[in-house]
Amino acid sequence: MTDLSFSDHAVAGKTAPPAEARRLRLPTQWLGVAPFFIFAIMFLILPTLYLMLGAFQNDAGEFTLENIAALAQPSIVAAYWISIKVSLASSLIGAFAGLAIAIAIVRGGLPDWIRSATLTFSGVASNFAGVPLAFAFLATLGRLGLATVILNTLFGLNIYAHGFNILSFWGLTLTYVYFQIPLMVVIIVPAIDGLKKEWGEAAATLGATMSQYWRMVVIPVIWPSFLGTVILLFANAFGAIATAYALTGSSLNIVPILLYAQIRGDVLHNAHLGYAIAFGMIVITGLANVFYIWFRTRSERWLK
Amino acid sequence: MKGGRFWAWVVFALGAAYFFIPLIATVEFSMRMRRGAYSLDAYKVVLGDARFQATFGYSVLAAIFTIILGVLIVVPAAYWIRLRLPQLRPVVEFITLLPLVIPAIVIVFGYIRMYGSNSPLPFLATDTGTNALLVIGYATLALPYMYRAVDTGLRTIDVRTLTEAAQILGAGWSTIITRVILPNVLIAVLSGAFLTFAIVIGEFTMASLLNRPAFGPYLQNIGANRAYEPAALAIIAFAITWGCMSLIQILSRFAPKSANRPN
Repeated sequence: MTDLSFSDHAVAGKTAPPAEARRLRLPTQWLGVAPFFIFAIMFLILPTLYLMLGAFQNDAGEFTLENIAALAQPSIVAAYWISIKVSLASSLIGAFAGLAIAIAIVRGGLPDWIRSATLTFSGVASNFAGVPLAFAFLATLGRLGLATVILNTLFGLNIYAHGFNILSFWGLTLTYVYFQIPLMVVIIVPAIDGLKKEWGEAAATLGATMSQYWRMVVIPVIWPSFLGTVILLFANAFGAIATAYALTGSSLNIVPILLYAQIRGDVLHNAHLGYAIAFGMIVITGLANVFYIWFRTRSERWLK
Repeated sequence: MKGGRFWAWVVFALGAAYFFIPLIATVEFSMRMRRGAYSLDAYKVVLGDARFQATFGYSVLAAIFTIILGVLIVVPAAYWIRLRLPQLRPVVEFITLLPLVIPAIVIVFGYIRMYGSNSPLPFLATDTGTNALLVIGYATLALPYMYRAVDTGLRTIDVRTLTEAAQILGAGWSTIITRVILPNVLIAVLSGAFLTFAIVIGEFTMASLLNRPAFGPYLQNIGANRAYEPAALAIIAFAITWGCMSLIQILSRFAPKSANRPN
Protein backbone atom coordinates (compact mmCIF):
# COMPACT_ATOMS: atom_id res chain seq x y z
CA MET A 1 0.00 0.00 0.00
CA THR A 2 2.84 2.33 0.68
CA ASP A 3 4.55 1.94 -2.64
CA LEU A 4 3.70 4.40 -5.34
CA SER A 5 6.73 3.93 -7.51
CA PHE A 6 7.12 6.11 -10.51
CA SER A 7 10.69 5.02 -11.12
CA ASP A 8 10.24 2.73 -14.11
CA HIS A 9 8.02 5.31 -15.74
CA ALA A 10 10.91 7.10 -17.35
CA VAL A 11 12.83 3.93 -18.19
CA ALA A 12 9.98 2.24 -19.99
CA GLY A 13 9.13 5.43 -21.88
CA LYS A 14 12.61 5.63 -23.34
CA THR A 15 13.10 2.03 -24.36
CA ALA A 16 10.08 1.75 -26.68
CA PRO A 17 11.37 2.04 -30.25
CA PRO A 18 9.68 5.01 -31.95
CA ALA A 19 8.66 3.12 -35.12
CA GLU A 20 6.80 0.44 -33.19
CA ALA A 21 5.21 3.02 -30.94
CA ARG A 22 3.80 4.88 -33.94
CA ARG A 23 2.35 1.73 -35.45
CA LEU A 24 0.65 0.81 -32.19
CA ARG A 25 -0.78 4.23 -31.44
CA LEU A 26 -3.98 3.06 -33.09
CA PRO A 27 -7.00 2.31 -30.88
CA THR A 28 -5.55 -1.17 -30.23
CA GLN A 29 -3.08 0.58 -27.96
CA TRP A 30 -5.96 1.32 -25.60
CA LEU A 31 -7.70 -2.03 -25.85
CA GLY A 32 -5.88 -3.50 -22.84
CA VAL A 33 -6.88 -0.69 -20.51
CA ALA A 34 -10.35 -0.15 -21.98
CA PRO A 35 -12.20 -2.54 -19.60
CA PHE A 36 -10.59 -0.88 -16.63
CA PHE A 37 -11.49 2.64 -17.72
CA ILE A 38 -15.01 1.75 -18.82
CA PHE A 39 -15.57 0.05 -15.47
CA ALA A 40 -14.09 2.94 -13.48
CA ILE A 41 -16.10 5.55 -15.36
CA MET A 42 -19.39 3.68 -15.25
CA PHE A 43 -19.29 2.37 -11.71
CA LEU A 44 -17.06 4.71 -9.80
CA ILE A 45 -16.79 8.12 -11.38
CA LEU A 46 -20.19 8.68 -13.00
CA PRO A 47 -22.27 7.55 -9.97
CA THR A 48 -20.24 9.84 -7.76
CA LEU A 49 -20.52 12.76 -10.18
CA TYR A 50 -24.25 12.11 -10.46
CA LEU A 51 -24.65 12.60 -6.71
CA MET A 52 -22.34 15.60 -6.64
CA LEU A 53 -24.28 17.32 -9.42
CA GLY A 54 -27.57 16.31 -7.80
CA ALA A 55 -26.47 18.12 -4.67
CA PHE A 56 -26.58 21.37 -6.65
CA GLN A 57 -29.94 20.78 -8.34
CA ASN A 58 -33.55 21.05 -7.26
CA ASP A 59 -36.35 18.68 -8.27
CA ALA A 60 -36.84 20.56 -11.53
CA GLY A 61 -33.18 20.06 -12.39
CA GLU A 62 -32.23 23.72 -11.98
CA PHE A 63 -29.02 24.84 -10.34
CA THR A 64 -29.39 25.71 -6.67
CA LEU A 65 -27.36 26.04 -3.50
CA GLU A 66 -30.38 25.34 -1.32
CA ASN A 67 -29.44 21.70 -0.67
CA ILE A 68 -26.00 22.66 0.53
CA ALA A 69 -27.49 25.41 2.66
CA ALA A 70 -29.98 22.91 4.09
CA LEU A 71 -27.07 20.91 5.49
CA ALA A 72 -26.86 23.63 8.13
CA GLN A 73 -29.93 22.34 9.96
CA PRO A 74 -29.09 21.26 13.51
CA SER A 75 -29.71 17.51 13.14
CA ILE A 76 -27.42 17.23 10.11
CA VAL A 77 -24.72 19.45 11.60
CA ALA A 78 -24.86 17.31 14.75
CA ALA A 79 -24.46 14.15 12.65
CA TYR A 80 -21.41 15.56 10.85
CA TRP A 81 -19.97 16.78 14.12
CA ILE A 82 -20.27 13.43 15.92
CA SER A 83 -18.87 11.64 12.85
CA ILE A 84 -15.89 13.96 12.72
CA LYS A 85 -15.33 13.59 16.47
CA VAL A 86 -15.46 9.78 16.38
CA SER A 87 -13.22 9.62 13.30
CA LEU A 88 -10.73 12.11 14.72
CA ALA A 89 -10.59 10.50 18.17
CA SER A 90 -10.31 6.96 16.82
CA SER A 91 -7.69 7.92 14.23
CA LEU A 92 -5.55 9.85 16.72
CA ILE A 93 -5.76 7.17 19.43
CA GLY A 94 -5.22 4.46 16.82
CA ALA A 95 -2.29 6.33 15.31
CA PHE A 96 -0.38 6.98 18.52
CA ALA A 97 -1.05 3.52 19.93
CA GLY A 98 -0.14 1.97 16.58
CA LEU A 99 3.05 4.00 16.38
CA ALA A 100 4.02 2.98 19.91
CA ILE A 101 3.44 -0.68 19.10
CA ALA A 102 5.33 -0.39 15.81
CA ILE A 103 8.33 1.23 17.49
CA ALA A 104 8.21 -1.37 20.26
CA ILE A 105 8.28 -4.32 17.87
CA VAL A 106 10.81 -2.86 15.41
CA ARG A 107 13.21 -1.01 17.69
CA GLY A 108 12.36 -2.27 21.16
CA GLY A 109 14.67 -5.27 21.16
CA LEU A 110 11.79 -7.73 21.48
CA PRO A 111 12.20 -11.27 20.14
CA ASP A 112 11.71 -11.66 16.37
CA TRP A 113 8.64 -13.86 16.64
CA ILE A 114 6.78 -11.02 18.37
CA ARG A 115 7.36 -8.80 15.38
CA SER A 116 6.09 -11.31 12.84
CA ALA A 117 3.18 -12.39 15.06
CA THR A 118 2.15 -8.76 15.58
CA LEU A 119 2.32 -8.03 11.87
CA THR A 120 0.26 -11.11 11.00
CA PHE A 121 -2.30 -10.28 13.66
CA SER A 122 -2.45 -6.68 12.45
CA GLY A 123 -3.22 -7.88 8.96
CA VAL A 124 -6.14 -9.86 10.31
CA ALA A 125 -7.44 -7.28 12.79
CA SER A 126 -7.29 -4.40 10.30
CA ASN A 127 -9.70 -6.40 8.15
CA PHE A 128 -11.85 -7.52 11.04
CA ALA A 129 -14.38 -4.72 10.90
CA GLY A 130 -18.02 -4.38 10.14
CA VAL A 131 -20.83 -6.16 11.94
CA PRO A 132 -18.78 -8.95 13.66
CA LEU A 133 -16.55 -6.35 15.31
CA ALA A 134 -19.61 -4.77 16.87
CA PHE A 135 -20.64 -8.19 18.20
CA ALA A 136 -17.23 -8.71 19.76
CA PHE A 137 -17.38 -5.40 21.59
CA LEU A 138 -20.93 -5.99 22.75
CA ALA A 139 -19.72 -9.29 24.21
CA THR A 140 -16.85 -7.45 25.91
CA LEU A 141 -18.17 -4.10 27.05
CA GLY A 142 -21.93 -4.49 26.69
CA ARG A 143 -24.00 -4.55 29.85
CA LEU A 144 -23.42 -8.30 30.22
CA GLY A 145 -20.01 -8.32 28.54
CA LEU A 146 -17.08 -10.12 30.08
CA ALA A 147 -15.01 -7.02 30.82
CA THR A 148 -18.02 -5.20 32.29
CA VAL A 149 -18.85 -8.13 34.55
CA ILE A 150 -15.26 -8.76 35.65
CA LEU A 151 -14.66 -5.10 36.44
CA ASN A 152 -17.85 -5.10 38.47
CA THR A 153 -17.34 -8.33 40.42
CA LEU A 154 -13.56 -8.18 40.97
CA PHE A 155 -13.00 -4.46 41.38
CA GLY A 156 -16.50 -3.29 42.25
CA LEU A 157 -16.34 -0.90 39.34
CA ASN A 158 -19.65 -0.60 37.55
CA ILE A 159 -18.63 1.24 34.40
CA TYR A 160 -22.23 1.71 33.33
CA ALA A 161 -23.00 3.46 36.62
CA HIS A 162 -20.09 5.77 35.84
CA GLY A 163 -21.67 6.88 32.61
CA PHE A 164 -19.96 4.52 30.16
CA ASN A 165 -22.12 3.11 27.43
CA ILE A 166 -21.02 1.01 24.49
CA LEU A 167 -23.74 2.77 22.47
CA SER A 168 -22.04 6.13 22.84
CA PHE A 169 -19.26 8.28 21.47
CA TRP A 170 -16.57 6.58 23.55
CA GLY A 171 -18.01 3.14 23.00
CA LEU A 172 -17.88 3.60 19.24
CA THR A 173 -14.44 5.20 19.35
CA LEU A 174 -13.02 2.37 21.43
CA THR A 175 -14.48 -0.11 18.93
CA TYR A 176 -13.10 1.68 15.87
CA VAL A 177 -9.65 1.74 17.47
CA TYR A 178 -9.67 -2.05 17.09
CA PHE A 179 -9.15 -1.75 13.33
CA GLN A 180 -7.36 1.62 13.41
CA ILE A 181 -4.35 0.51 15.49
CA PRO A 182 -3.51 -2.52 13.30
CA LEU A 183 -3.90 -0.44 10.14
CA MET A 184 -1.42 2.07 11.56
CA VAL A 185 0.98 -0.75 12.48
CA VAL A 186 0.77 -2.29 9.00
CA ILE A 187 1.48 1.04 7.27
CA ILE A 188 4.03 2.56 9.64
CA VAL A 189 6.29 -0.46 10.25
CA PRO A 190 7.86 -0.18 6.76
CA ALA A 191 8.49 3.52 7.44
CA ILE A 192 10.29 2.72 10.68
CA ASP A 193 12.19 -0.05 8.92
CA GLY A 194 13.22 2.58 6.38
CA LEU A 195 15.12 4.48 9.05
CA LYS A 196 18.65 3.64 8.08
CA LYS A 197 21.00 2.33 10.72
CA GLU A 198 23.68 4.66 9.38
CA TRP A 199 21.66 7.69 10.44
CA GLY A 200 21.77 6.55 14.05
CA GLU A 201 25.49 5.87 13.76
CA ALA A 202 26.11 9.20 12.05
CA ALA A 203 24.18 10.99 14.77
CA ALA A 204 26.13 9.14 17.46
CA THR A 205 29.43 9.98 15.74
CA LEU A 206 28.48 13.63 15.75
CA GLY A 207 27.85 13.33 19.47
CA ALA A 208 24.06 13.36 19.48
CA THR A 209 22.25 12.00 22.52
CA MET A 210 19.46 9.48 22.14
CA SER A 211 16.81 12.17 22.59
CA GLN A 212 18.51 14.44 20.04
CA TYR A 213 18.60 11.55 17.57
CA TRP A 214 14.88 10.97 18.03
CA ARG A 215 13.95 14.64 18.02
CA MET A 216 16.10 15.71 15.07
CA VAL A 217 16.28 12.58 12.88
CA VAL A 218 13.59 10.00 13.58
CA ILE A 219 10.58 12.23 14.17
CA PRO A 220 11.17 14.54 11.17
CA VAL A 221 11.60 11.51 8.88
CA ILE A 222 8.59 9.54 10.15
CA TRP A 223 6.36 12.57 10.63
CA PRO A 224 4.99 12.85 7.07
CA SER A 225 4.07 9.19 6.77
CA PHE A 226 2.66 9.27 10.27
CA LEU A 227 0.48 12.29 9.53
CA GLY A 228 -0.51 10.83 6.19
CA THR A 229 -1.62 7.63 7.85
CA VAL A 230 -3.61 9.54 10.48
CA ILE A 231 -5.55 11.09 7.62
CA LEU A 232 -6.10 7.71 5.98
CA LEU A 233 -7.40 6.36 9.29
CA PHE A 234 -9.69 9.36 9.58
CA ALA A 235 -11.23 8.75 6.15
CA ASN A 236 -11.45 5.05 6.97
CA ALA A 237 -13.51 5.72 10.09
CA PHE A 238 -15.56 8.50 8.54
CA GLY A 239 -17.06 6.33 5.82
CA ALA A 240 -17.63 3.26 7.99
CA ILE A 241 -21.20 2.37 8.80
CA ALA A 242 -21.64 -1.35 9.48
CA THR A 243 -19.93 -1.43 12.87
CA ALA A 244 -21.77 1.63 14.13
CA TYR A 245 -25.11 0.44 12.81
CA ALA A 246 -24.78 -3.02 14.36
CA LEU A 247 -23.50 -1.55 17.62
CA THR A 248 -25.84 1.32 18.21
CA GLY A 249 -28.73 0.80 15.80
CA SER A 250 -29.66 4.38 15.04
CA SER A 251 -29.14 5.70 18.55
CA LEU A 252 -25.85 7.36 17.62
CA ASN A 253 -26.61 9.49 14.61
CA ILE A 254 -23.38 9.58 12.64
CA VAL A 255 -23.47 10.82 9.01
CA PRO A 256 -23.29 7.41 7.27
CA ILE A 257 -26.21 6.17 9.38
CA LEU A 258 -28.19 9.30 8.56
CA LEU A 259 -27.47 8.78 4.87
CA TYR A 260 -28.38 5.10 5.20
CA ALA A 261 -31.75 6.01 6.68
CA GLN A 262 -32.25 8.61 3.95
CA ILE A 263 -31.55 6.07 1.19
CA ARG A 264 -33.84 3.49 2.76
CA GLY A 265 -36.81 5.72 3.39
CA ASP A 266 -36.18 9.34 2.45
CA VAL A 267 -36.34 10.36 6.12
CA LEU A 268 -35.34 13.90 5.20
CA HIS A 269 -38.24 14.14 2.71
CA ASN A 270 -35.98 15.66 0.11
CA ALA A 271 -34.03 13.44 -2.28
CA HIS A 272 -31.58 16.19 -3.15
CA LEU A 273 -30.73 16.76 0.49
CA GLY A 274 -29.50 13.15 0.49
CA TYR A 275 -27.21 14.03 -2.43
CA ALA A 276 -25.95 17.01 -0.47
CA ILE A 277 -25.10 14.79 2.52
CA ALA A 278 -23.21 12.40 0.23
CA PHE A 279 -21.46 15.41 -1.31
CA GLY A 280 -20.41 16.60 2.13
CA MET A 281 -18.96 13.18 2.93
CA ILE A 282 -16.97 13.13 -0.30
CA VAL A 283 -15.65 16.63 0.38
CA ILE A 284 -14.44 15.65 3.84
CA THR A 285 -12.81 12.34 2.88
CA GLY A 286 -11.53 13.89 -0.36
CA LEU A 287 -9.83 16.76 1.46
CA ALA A 288 -8.36 14.26 3.89
CA ASN A 289 -6.91 12.26 1.01
CA VAL A 290 -5.47 15.30 -0.75
CA PHE A 291 -3.46 15.88 2.42
CA TYR A 292 -2.59 12.18 2.56
CA ILE A 293 -1.13 12.14 -0.94
CA TRP A 294 0.74 15.36 -0.26
CA PHE A 295 2.31 14.01 2.92
CA ARG A 296 3.17 10.73 1.29
CA THR A 297 5.06 12.26 -1.61
CA ARG A 298 7.02 14.23 0.98
CA SER A 299 7.83 11.13 3.00
CA GLU A 300 8.89 9.11 -0.05
CA ARG A 301 11.88 11.34 -0.57
CA TRP A 302 13.44 9.89 2.55
CA LEU A 303 12.18 6.35 2.60
CA LYS A 304 13.27 5.18 -0.84
CA MET B 1 18.82 0.27 26.16
CA LYS B 2 17.52 -1.85 29.05
CA GLY B 3 14.89 0.76 29.88
CA GLY B 4 13.89 0.81 26.22
CA ARG B 5 13.27 -2.92 26.20
CA PHE B 6 11.19 -2.70 29.36
CA TRP B 7 8.92 -0.08 27.81
CA ALA B 8 8.70 -2.07 24.59
CA TRP B 9 7.36 -5.00 26.62
CA VAL B 10 4.90 -2.74 28.43
CA VAL B 11 3.57 -1.31 25.15
CA PHE B 12 3.36 -4.76 23.63
CA ALA B 13 1.54 -6.18 26.65
CA LEU B 14 -0.99 -3.34 26.70
CA GLY B 15 -1.61 -3.77 22.99
CA ALA B 16 -1.98 -7.52 23.33
CA ALA B 17 -4.46 -7.03 26.18
CA TYR B 18 -6.57 -4.60 24.15
CA PHE B 19 -6.66 -6.99 21.20
CA PHE B 20 -7.11 -10.27 23.03
CA ILE B 21 -9.64 -9.33 25.70
CA PRO B 22 -12.46 -8.76 23.17
CA LEU B 23 -11.64 -12.05 21.47
CA ILE B 24 -11.61 -13.96 24.75
CA ALA B 25 -14.79 -12.19 25.88
CA THR B 26 -16.50 -13.06 22.61
CA VAL B 27 -15.49 -16.72 22.83
CA GLU B 28 -16.66 -16.84 26.43
CA PHE B 29 -19.96 -15.12 25.60
CA SER B 30 -20.58 -17.41 22.64
CA MET B 31 -20.40 -20.47 24.93
CA ARG B 32 -22.84 -19.16 27.56
CA MET B 33 -26.00 -20.22 25.74
CA ARG B 34 -26.72 -23.23 27.96
CA ARG B 35 -27.43 -22.15 31.50
CA GLY B 36 -24.75 -22.97 34.06
CA ALA B 37 -22.30 -24.68 31.72
CA TYR B 38 -20.12 -23.77 28.79
CA SER B 39 -21.30 -25.33 25.56
CA LEU B 40 -21.08 -24.95 21.81
CA ASP B 41 -24.85 -24.65 21.50
CA ALA B 42 -24.71 -21.18 19.93
CA TYR B 43 -22.45 -22.50 17.16
CA LYS B 44 -24.77 -25.47 16.59
CA VAL B 45 -27.79 -23.18 16.33
CA VAL B 46 -25.98 -20.81 13.95
CA LEU B 47 -24.50 -23.46 11.69
CA GLY B 48 -27.81 -25.33 11.59
CA ASP B 49 -29.76 -22.21 10.65
CA ALA B 50 -30.99 -22.50 7.07
CA ARG B 51 -30.70 -18.73 6.62
CA PHE B 52 -27.06 -18.86 7.71
CA GLN B 53 -26.33 -21.47 5.05
CA ALA B 54 -28.28 -19.61 2.37
CA THR B 55 -26.81 -16.15 3.04
CA PHE B 56 -23.29 -17.48 3.54
CA GLY B 57 -23.54 -19.42 0.28
CA TYR B 58 -24.83 -16.31 -1.47
CA SER B 59 -21.92 -14.21 -0.21
CA VAL B 60 -19.34 -16.85 -1.11
CA LEU B 61 -20.76 -16.91 -4.63
CA ALA B 62 -20.76 -13.10 -4.78
CA ALA B 63 -17.14 -13.09 -3.60
CA ILE B 64 -16.12 -15.57 -6.31
CA PHE B 65 -17.77 -13.50 -9.04
CA THR B 66 -16.19 -10.37 -7.57
CA ILE B 67 -12.76 -11.95 -7.75
CA ILE B 68 -13.29 -13.06 -11.36
CA LEU B 69 -14.53 -9.60 -12.37
CA GLY B 70 -11.67 -7.93 -10.50
CA VAL B 71 -9.07 -10.11 -12.22
CA LEU B 72 -10.61 -9.51 -15.66
CA ILE B 73 -10.47 -5.76 -15.16
CA VAL B 74 -7.21 -5.35 -13.31
CA VAL B 75 -4.80 -7.85 -14.85
CA PRO B 76 -4.99 -6.66 -18.49
CA ALA B 77 -4.88 -3.01 -17.40
CA ALA B 78 -1.93 -3.41 -15.03
CA TYR B 79 -0.06 -5.51 -17.61
CA TRP B 80 -0.70 -3.12 -20.46
CA ILE B 81 0.37 -0.13 -18.40
CA ARG B 82 3.64 -1.79 -17.51
CA LEU B 83 4.22 -2.77 -21.12
CA ARG B 84 2.98 0.06 -23.29
CA LEU B 85 1.32 2.91 -21.45
CA PRO B 86 3.49 3.83 -18.47
CA GLN B 87 2.32 7.42 -18.83
CA LEU B 88 -1.12 6.30 -17.63
CA ARG B 89 0.21 4.87 -14.38
CA PRO B 90 -0.46 7.96 -12.22
CA VAL B 91 -4.03 8.18 -13.58
CA VAL B 92 -4.76 4.52 -12.93
CA GLU B 93 -3.19 4.66 -9.48
CA PHE B 94 -5.32 7.66 -8.65
CA ILE B 95 -8.48 5.87 -9.81
CA THR B 96 -7.66 2.74 -7.82
CA LEU B 97 -7.29 4.89 -4.71
CA LEU B 98 -10.72 6.48 -5.19
CA PRO B 99 -12.67 3.69 -3.45
CA LEU B 100 -10.68 4.56 -0.33
CA VAL B 101 -11.82 8.18 -0.69
CA ILE B 102 -15.44 7.68 -1.65
CA PRO B 103 -17.29 5.79 1.09
CA ALA B 104 -19.06 2.59 0.00
CA ILE B 105 -22.40 4.02 1.03
CA VAL B 106 -21.94 6.93 -1.38
CA ILE B 107 -20.98 4.62 -4.25
CA VAL B 108 -24.02 2.41 -3.75
CA PHE B 109 -26.26 5.47 -3.37
CA GLY B 110 -25.01 6.58 -6.77
CA TYR B 111 -25.82 3.15 -8.24
CA ILE B 112 -29.35 3.23 -6.84
CA ARG B 113 -29.99 6.62 -8.42
CA MET B 114 -28.23 5.97 -11.71
CA TYR B 115 -29.22 2.39 -12.48
CA GLY B 116 -32.82 2.35 -11.20
CA SER B 117 -35.69 0.73 -13.09
CA ASN B 118 -36.41 3.90 -15.09
CA SER B 119 -32.86 4.60 -16.15
CA PRO B 120 -31.31 3.77 -19.54
CA LEU B 121 -29.36 0.96 -17.87
CA PRO B 122 -31.93 -0.57 -15.51
CA PHE B 123 -29.71 -2.89 -13.47
CA LEU B 124 -32.10 -2.70 -10.55
CA ALA B 125 -35.14 -3.76 -12.58
CA THR B 126 -34.30 -7.47 -12.30
CA ASP B 127 -32.87 -9.75 -9.64
CA THR B 128 -30.02 -10.81 -11.89
CA GLY B 129 -29.22 -7.20 -12.64
CA THR B 130 -29.18 -6.31 -8.95
CA ASN B 131 -26.93 -9.27 -8.18
CA ALA B 132 -24.62 -8.11 -10.95
CA LEU B 133 -24.63 -4.59 -9.54
CA LEU B 134 -23.68 -5.94 -6.10
CA VAL B 135 -20.74 -7.85 -7.61
CA ILE B 136 -19.74 -4.71 -9.50
CA GLY B 137 -19.93 -2.68 -6.32
CA TYR B 138 -17.80 -5.23 -4.49
CA ALA B 139 -15.28 -5.14 -7.31
CA THR B 140 -14.93 -1.37 -6.87
CA LEU B 141 -14.42 -1.83 -3.11
CA ALA B 142 -11.71 -4.41 -3.80
CA LEU B 143 -10.10 -2.41 -6.62
CA PRO B 144 -7.37 -0.74 -4.51
CA TYR B 145 -6.25 -4.06 -3.05
CA MET B 146 -6.53 -6.08 -6.25
CA TYR B 147 -4.63 -3.51 -8.31
CA ARG B 148 -1.85 -3.18 -5.76
CA ALA B 149 -1.48 -6.94 -5.43
CA VAL B 150 -1.32 -7.50 -9.21
CA ASP B 151 0.98 -4.54 -9.80
CA THR B 152 3.37 -5.78 -7.12
CA GLY B 153 3.32 -9.20 -8.77
CA LEU B 154 4.07 -7.72 -12.18
CA ARG B 155 6.96 -5.73 -10.76
CA THR B 156 8.79 -8.93 -9.86
CA ILE B 157 8.73 -10.39 -13.37
CA ASP B 158 10.23 -9.03 -16.56
CA VAL B 159 7.02 -8.26 -18.43
CA ARG B 160 8.70 -6.90 -21.54
CA THR B 161 11.09 -9.80 -22.17
CA LEU B 162 8.43 -12.40 -21.45
CA THR B 163 6.04 -10.71 -23.87
CA GLU B 164 8.65 -10.37 -26.62
CA ALA B 165 9.75 -13.97 -26.20
CA ALA B 166 6.16 -15.13 -26.47
CA GLN B 167 5.60 -12.94 -29.54
CA ILE B 168 8.69 -14.32 -31.24
CA LEU B 169 7.31 -17.80 -30.63
CA GLY B 170 4.12 -16.70 -32.37
CA ALA B 171 1.77 -16.22 -29.44
CA GLY B 172 -1.24 -13.91 -29.72
CA TRP B 173 -2.33 -11.49 -27.02
CA SER B 174 -4.82 -13.81 -25.38
CA THR B 175 -2.20 -16.58 -25.23
CA ILE B 176 0.35 -14.18 -23.78
CA ILE B 177 -1.99 -13.03 -21.04
CA THR B 178 -3.54 -16.38 -20.10
CA ARG B 179 -0.50 -18.63 -20.57
CA VAL B 180 2.50 -16.42 -19.89
CA ILE B 181 1.60 -13.44 -17.72
CA LEU B 182 -1.21 -14.86 -15.57
CA PRO B 183 0.71 -17.95 -14.39
CA ASN B 184 3.61 -15.69 -13.44
CA VAL B 185 1.48 -13.37 -11.33
CA LEU B 186 -0.85 -16.09 -10.09
CA ILE B 187 0.36 -15.85 -6.53
CA ALA B 188 -0.14 -12.09 -6.47
CA VAL B 189 -3.58 -12.50 -8.01
CA LEU B 190 -4.49 -15.11 -5.39
CA SER B 191 -3.33 -12.79 -2.60
CA GLY B 192 -5.61 -10.10 -3.99
CA ALA B 193 -8.36 -12.69 -4.30
CA PHE B 194 -8.21 -13.76 -0.66
CA LEU B 195 -8.13 -10.17 0.51
CA THR B 196 -11.16 -9.50 -1.67
CA PHE B 197 -12.87 -12.52 -0.14
CA ALA B 198 -12.19 -11.25 3.38
CA ILE B 199 -13.60 -7.82 2.54
CA VAL B 200 -16.65 -9.04 0.65
CA ILE B 201 -17.85 -11.97 2.74
CA GLY B 202 -19.39 -9.95 5.58
CA GLU B 203 -19.97 -6.69 3.72
CA PHE B 204 -23.10 -4.98 4.99
CA THR B 205 -23.70 -1.56 3.43
CA MET B 206 -23.99 -2.41 -0.25
CA ALA B 207 -25.79 -5.72 0.24
CA SER B 208 -28.29 -4.16 2.59
CA LEU B 209 -29.06 -1.12 0.43
CA LEU B 210 -29.43 -3.30 -2.66
CA ASN B 211 -31.68 -5.67 -0.65
CA ARG B 212 -29.58 -8.74 -1.37
CA PRO B 213 -29.87 -11.84 0.86
CA ALA B 214 -26.18 -11.69 1.74
CA PHE B 215 -24.25 -12.67 4.86
CA GLY B 216 -23.69 -9.09 6.12
CA PRO B 217 -27.37 -8.14 6.42
CA TYR B 218 -28.02 -11.57 7.97
CA LEU B 219 -25.37 -10.86 10.61
CA GLN B 220 -26.93 -7.50 11.36
CA ASN B 221 -30.37 -9.08 11.64
CA ILE B 222 -29.16 -11.75 14.06
CA GLY B 223 -27.34 -9.10 16.08
CA ALA B 224 -30.55 -7.15 16.53
CA ASN B 225 -32.62 -10.17 17.57
CA ARG B 226 -30.48 -12.74 19.38
CA ALA B 227 -28.22 -12.84 22.42
CA TYR B 228 -25.53 -15.52 22.07
CA GLU B 229 -25.52 -16.29 18.36
CA PRO B 230 -23.91 -12.96 17.39
CA ALA B 231 -20.86 -13.79 19.50
CA ALA B 232 -20.57 -17.18 17.80
CA LEU B 233 -20.90 -15.48 14.39
CA ALA B 234 -18.22 -12.94 15.33
CA ILE B 235 -15.83 -15.79 16.12
CA ILE B 236 -16.70 -17.53 12.84
CA ALA B 237 -16.12 -14.26 10.94
CA PHE B 238 -12.80 -13.74 12.72
CA ALA B 239 -11.76 -17.27 11.80
CA ILE B 240 -12.63 -16.63 8.14
CA THR B 241 -10.60 -13.39 8.10
CA TRP B 242 -7.74 -15.19 9.82
CA GLY B 243 -7.92 -18.00 7.27
CA CYS B 244 -7.76 -15.59 4.33
CA MET B 245 -4.79 -13.71 5.79
CA SER B 246 -2.94 -16.94 6.60
CA LEU B 247 -3.43 -18.15 3.04
CA ILE B 248 -1.97 -14.86 1.75
CA GLN B 249 1.04 -15.30 4.04
CA ILE B 250 1.57 -18.88 2.95
CA LEU B 251 1.26 -17.87 -0.71
CA SER B 252 3.77 -15.06 -0.31
CA ARG B 253 6.43 -17.66 0.52
CA PHE B 254 6.04 -19.06 -2.98
CA ALA B 255 6.21 -15.66 -4.67
CA PRO B 256 9.38 -14.77 -6.61
CA LYS B 257 11.54 -12.70 -4.32
CA SER B 258 12.97 -10.06 -6.63
CA ALA B 259 13.15 -8.95 -10.21
CA ASN B 260 16.07 -10.27 -12.20
CA ARG B 261 15.64 -7.93 -15.10
CA PRO B 262 18.43 -5.97 -16.72
CA ASN B 263 16.89 -2.50 -16.58
